[in-house]
Amino acid sequence: MSREHDKGMSLIVKTITRLTVGLILLYGVYIVMHGHLSPGGGFAGGVIIALSFINIMLAYGKEDAFKKLSRAAASMWESIGAIMFLGIALLGFTGGYFFLNFLNKGEPFKLFSAGIIPLCNIAISFKVGAGVFAIFVALILLKIDVEKKE
Amino acid sequence: MDVYLLTLVLFSIGIYCIVRKRNVIKTIIGVIILEYAVNLFFILSAYRTEGRAPIFMQEEEIVNMVDPLPHALVLTAIVIGLATTALLVGIAMRLYEKYGTFDITKIKELKG
Amino acid sequence: MIELYVLLVLMIIGALVAVELKDLLSSVIAVGAVGLALSIVFLILKAPDVAITQLVVEILALIILIRATLKKDLPLATTGRWFVNTLITACFIVLFLAVGMKCFKDLPAFGEPLMRVSGTYIKEGLQRTGAVNLVSSVILDFRAYDTLGEATILFTAVIGVLSIVRRIGRKKVGEEIKEEE
Repeated sequence: MSREHDKGMSLIVKTITRLTVGLILLYGVYIVMHGHLSPGGGFAGGVIIALSFINIMLAYGKEDAFKKLSRAAASMWESIGAIMFLGIALLGFTGGYFFLNFLNKGEPFKLFSAGIIPLCNIAISFKVGAGVFAIFVALILLKIDVEKKE
Repeated sequence: MDVYLLTLVLFSIGIYCIVRKRNVIKTIIGVIILEYAVNLFFILSAYRTEGRAPIFMQEEEIVNMVDPLPHALVLTAIVIGLATTALLVGIAMRLYEKYGTFDITKIKELKG
Repeated sequence: MIELYVLLVLMIIGALVAVELKDLLSSVIAVGAVGLALSIVFLILKAPDVAITQLVVEILALIILIRATLKKDLPLATTGRWFVNTLITACFIVLFLAVGMKCFKDLPAFGEPLMRVSGTYIKEGLQRTGAVNLVSSVILDFRAYDTLGEATILFTAVIGVLSIVRRIGRKKVGEEIKEEE
């Protein structure tokens, strides 16, 4: 086995991960975007998106995963999600009250419909995905420290 | 009725695990089982006989939908449960790092 | 609904196995089996949103728990007043089950939910929000405050994990960073 395969799991796992991780990410985005039409939504989609990055981290080791999404970027995305959700809620004051569905409702059963609900789904998926990824990264780094100490 | 009873049995298994076991990981497992039981109870209370999922269809009118409100509550509760589980695991790993064991009877130097 | 009972009994057996096994890794995997069975139960009870979320979250929680228990084989402590403790716990659980049975008599029966609030959501949800998925319209339009509170709790939990796991405190000006102990 050559030097570049030292970190992470074996070659088979790495190859399969490289082929499927994009599909997992795409599936998460699909779940988020169609949250108002089919089962799913921001919570499930956000966790699936986080799982795609965690898959990279488990297969390739933490350096390659941090190249795709670093810890600072994860906390930034979480803040962006929170501010986006709160901003959508505050924009409702233009029409009267907090969390007003101020956009055009559109035609049901279409992708661009239901006013603010798809936007809120996207914001929540940012928040949940980045939060879960940050928790996971923190626990993994603690684990590595413990093993070094022993 | 007996479905509720089975859920209650699951809940009491979780309580037994928390009260009786002396391993920190077992305590976390007990908390997880409690959370499962509560979520299951909410979803059971929403079920309607011969019900359909609360999603409108394009071509047919659905009259007997199940109750969508507990689904919404449980959906948020599951993600919160994941976060609290991670918090408990973090505390447990800190304890292991300091004392070298998960056994709470061996951790005698706990000070406030 | 016979499959519901079968799955519930399977969940109870899995939970008992998870509680009683000596090996921590095996018991964590048994909890994973309970969670996946719970996901199928949600699907049978016509809650597809919750089933998807439970499945995904279960996988992630299993990964976290396995990372916590890997390479640590620890015996369980069974010394001490084993008999007395178990007896007291069993008494408490029997009392709890009796009280719970009495409370459940006042609930609406299984299969006939009380839909005073949700009836309005089902009747007017499509016109007022335009969302086809009613669960999505409940969590993001009718009851968006719940979701805001959930986001706050998640944020607090992330901050809690990061502050517990953090190794080094804040560095003061002109002070060397020292590892604790």
